[in-house]
Amino acid sequence: MAQYVKKDDDRDEEAEYSPFSGIEKGAVLQEARVFNDPQLDSRRCSQVITKLLYLLNQGDSFTKTEATEVFFSVTKLFQAKDIGLRRMVYLIIKELSPCADEVIIVTSSLMKDMNSKTDVYRANAIRVLCRITDGTLLTQIERYLKQAIVDKNPVVASAALVSGIHLLQTNPEIVKRWSNEVQEAVQSRAALVQFHALALLQQIRQNDRLAVSKLVTSLTKGTVRSPLAQCLLIRYTSQVIRESSNSQTGDRPFYDYLEGCLRHKAEMVIFEAARAITELSGVTSRELTPAITVLQLFLSSSKPVLRFAAVRTLNKVAMTHPMAVTTCNIDMESLISDQNRSIATLAITTLLKTGNESGVDRLMKQITNFMSDIADEFKIVVVDAIRSLCLKFPLKFRTLMGFLSNILREEGGFEYKKAIVDSIVTIIRDIPDAKESGLLHLCEFIEDCEFTYLSTQILHFLGIEGPKTSDPSKFIRYIYNRVILENPTVRASAVSTLAKFGAMVDSLKPRIFVLLRRCLYDNDDEVRDRATLYLNTIGGDGSVVETDKDVKEFLFGSFDLPLANLETSLKNYEPSEEPFNVSSVPREVKSQPYAEKKAAAKKPTGLSAPPAGPTSTADSYEKLLLSIPEFSNFGQLFKSSAPVELTEAETEYAVNVVKHIFDKHIVFQYNCTNTIPEQLLEDVTILVDASEAEEFEELATKPLKSLPYDTPGQTFVAFEKLQGVPAVGKFSNVLRFIVKEVDTSTGEAEEDGVEDEYQLEEFEVVSADYMLKVGVSNFRNAWDNLGEDFERVDEYGLGPRDSLKEAVSAVINLLGMQPCEGTEVVAGNSRSHTCLLSGVYVGNVKVLVRLSFGVDNAKEVAMKLAVRSEDEAVSDAIHELVAN
Amino acid sequence: MATSARRDACPAIKNLLLLDSEGRRVAVKYYTDEWPTNAAKLAFERSIFAKTLKTNARTEAEIVMFENNVVLYKFIQDLHLFVTGGDNENELALASVLQGFSEAVTLLLRGNVDQREALENLDMMFLCLDEIVDAGMILETDGSLIAGKVATHSIDDGAPLSEQYLVRPL
Repeated sequence: MAQYVKKDDDRDEEAEYSPFSGIEKGAVLQEARVFNDPQLDSRRCSQVITKLLYLLNQGDSFTKTEATEVFFSVTKLFQAKDIGLRRMVYLIIKELSPCADEVIIVTSSLMKDMNSKTDVYRANAIRVLCRITDGTLLTQIERYLKQAIVDKNPVVASAALVSGIHLLQTNPEIVKRWSNEVQEAVQSRAALVQFHALALLQQIRQNDRLAVSKLVTSLTKGTVRSPLAQCLLIRYTSQVIRESSNSQTGDRPFYDYLEGCLRHKAEMVIFEAARAITELSGVTSRELTPAITVLQLFLSSSKPVLRFAAVRTLNKVAMTHPMAVTTCNIDMESLISDQNRSIATLAITTLLKTGNESGVDRLMKQITNFMSDIADEFKIVVVDAIRSLCLKFPLKFRTLMGFLSNILREEGGFEYKKAIVDSIVTIIRDIPDAKESGLLHLCEFIEDCEFTYLSTQILHFLGIEGPKTSDPSKFIRYIYNRVILENPTVRASAVSTLAKFGAMVDSLKPRIFVLLRRCLYDNDDEVRDRATLYLNTIGGDGSVVETDKDVKEFLFGSFDLPLANLETSLKNYEPSEEPFNVSSVPREVKSQPYAEKKAAAKKPTGLSAPPAGPTSTADSYEKLLLSIPEFSNFGQLFKSSAPVELTEAETEYAVNVVKHIFDKHIVFQYNCTNTIPEQLLEDVTILVDASEAEEFEELATKPLKSLPYDTPGQTFVAFEKLQGVPAVGKFSNVLRFIVKEVDTSTGEAEEDGVEDEYQLEEFEVVSADYMLKVGVSNFRNAWDNLGEDFERVDEYGLGPRDSLKEAVSAVINLLGMQPCEGTEVVAGNSRSHTCLLSGVYVGNVKVLVRLSFGVDNAKEVAMKLAVRSEDEAVSDAIHELVAN
Repeated sequence: MATSARRDACPAIKNLLLLDSEGRRVAVKYYTDEWPTNAAKLAFERSIFAKTLKTNARTEAEIVMFENNVVLYKFIQDLHLFVTGGDNENELALASVLQGFSEAVTLLLRGNVDQREALENLDMMFLCLDEIVDAGMILETDGSLIAGKVATHSIDDGAPLSEQYLVRPL
């Protein structure tokens, strides 16, 4: 750092004069000695500080010692009485950002200035001190800061308020004590003081929704003079509206205030209000109209900033409410020729979103002229907009596809080209008519494509879509050209694509084979290997025969093995008589830190620890269970519970259980994880004691062959029960296994193991396990449809509860049913609540429940439970559930 | 200093730039860590300068989206002024800052707004930046008030007569 890098920018300028040309750090630091002169020359000192600031501003940095030295000599300048010099002193202290020890030296000088009669001193000393101070000093100066906030000089007040905003990040507890003074400053007549005070006040109260709401209520009625403060108030108002938007009854609170702001005299405020209205959640077109009207006026403003702001906001609105923006279409169209290309791009993409089908052709003509003179980043935006337009108006694909293929041929960077290719691919997928022409456009593109990534992607896509077209043979020429002309990566993927055509289109097979055989002489290994593989698997000697289904699946089917697992298994495979078996590769998507020698012996198991979403897991559970022969005849899976933990967190072995309910059976899936790196567990089983679950009879167990460190595995136990009966009971469990020591450095396990057991916690099968969460969209209709035939009503006392909310969620969990129409949410301090639940009980019986809760002063909760279902017994069962 | 990008927060300024007609720094000030090194800052200045160079931002302030920021700019003679704010910022609030910035510079340089004059009065340019934005927070947007605060060169009470002077050419 000590070495000085010359920053003189002016040296090659002919006669250009700069007061700083040839300036050098070393020399300036020398000059800084004037700060120590007994007789201070203020003007000279100011000049030197300016030079120091110049160096810092140009990106020069001082070493620690240099900075300290400068800082110390600068502190001497507090003796000078020159305001201009003092200002420069303040500035350089802030730039040097002194450390804590150094701060102490200037503290007293700055505190003196904070109490000076000169306003400029007070304001700046506050800003400097608050910037460099730490929390300890703050308590000492707090008194002065509070005074300063209500200072009659607006500059001083603003300085204190802004410093407060910064200090709130580091010392919130202190700043929060200034609330009263800040409140007073909000009423200030000075515009910026009001703005700063409002900003600070809101940040102090940020976490107190009620207080913010009160603040907004009082200020929206009063007079906030400063436009900036008014903008803040609009933001806070939107925040309050957002948080209170639970009750969708009648008029939106504060909407009138926002609408009133549309008539404010400051454009800044009008725009802020218009934007706030467009961003209201669930905004209606009636609410939107006045905001759109003012934004439309902005579109024809002479100021680019106004046009930009308006068109950007309207562009966003067009995504959700295209109809509301169509009124601005004429103004938008004139903006296509706007000097400012950002505005023009936004106008075009807005038009693409709002335009109707008949206008597409005209619009595309305009865009074609426009594309040539905008940058790639804007072009990508336009391409994306055209893709959505094409999906919206599929009949117009010819025009739009033509446009895309034209711009694909023109110059452009990778990101731009990729956006176009992606768009064409999407259109081909979604619009069948566009397929042939789209594929040909892509073929032409790869004839002259400089991006390997795009070429391989397109070749892959051609391999999937090409054979399905009416005349696949016309693509072959393009593909084979790649084999002749391109780099090895593209050649290899072209070989794969050719093979796909060969496998899928039997009539082409002999010709494809000729081409593939030529590839056997390629000078790249990968290309040759691929050609050999395909020639040998697809159809032997090239005669016209059906390619085996298994081969197709193997070569072109989706590959769902985790690649890392395959790699590990391949590495562990020792060449022997026994061929490598792909199905022996574990499918868990988890990294295996220790190589597992016996991977080949392991059966493929399903997904590991169950993911969060219940609906998405249901499918995978069912697949998993049906894949196990012992369980395959159990029929359809009715419900799988959420995992129940059977071990404490951070124990040696982590086990949880998932209860799978079938019509006549129940299967417990134990997900086990071994958390000890030095152990390998084998033959893992669970001993289940069902003595407290009399209605169940153990049917089968499926042990886990091996459980290495940190790789979850599953073992299953199946029980039989009576058909359709919601049998309940308690199960206690013991984990039994053979433990083998593992050498963590090599990952090898010892030959001999010891049998061991591990006590797990017990769990219950409860009635809620037989209840499927199925919502209904209209509860009242569903309720009426079920009729009163099997309605059962009763009242229960739930005893004292922490809150009504807690009681409601406890009952919902007990029943395991789906809350409807958002009735699971209990309003803050209400004293009664009605909750609607729906579900399907085992045996496919539809059940609806209406719960009415009430709470008294002693927090005693009472509940009325009304059940309707398709079966009397089920209605009774629900009541029994609650009664117990 | 974590300046939140959330809309209910205050309008925040990310930087103020005063560049010359070749894109070189006259005076700049950054208020976020978005450009942590001097190299990153220079790169930002170079690209925004190049991007805006051909536009006409003399009569009215212009605006451009740049790297997820909104940049407002105005050219006066051979000086290029820039104000950068976040993606979601109220463009017109940023415009008011730029307006104050350019008015103050014009007033402080007494109408001779060019690179040489700005360098000769660089102390005032630094003070000017300091009076417009404090650590990202808008401090003042009124050009004449900003210039007034910068140009208070009176001597405080009790200063000896020898220290008094009015104009301080560099």
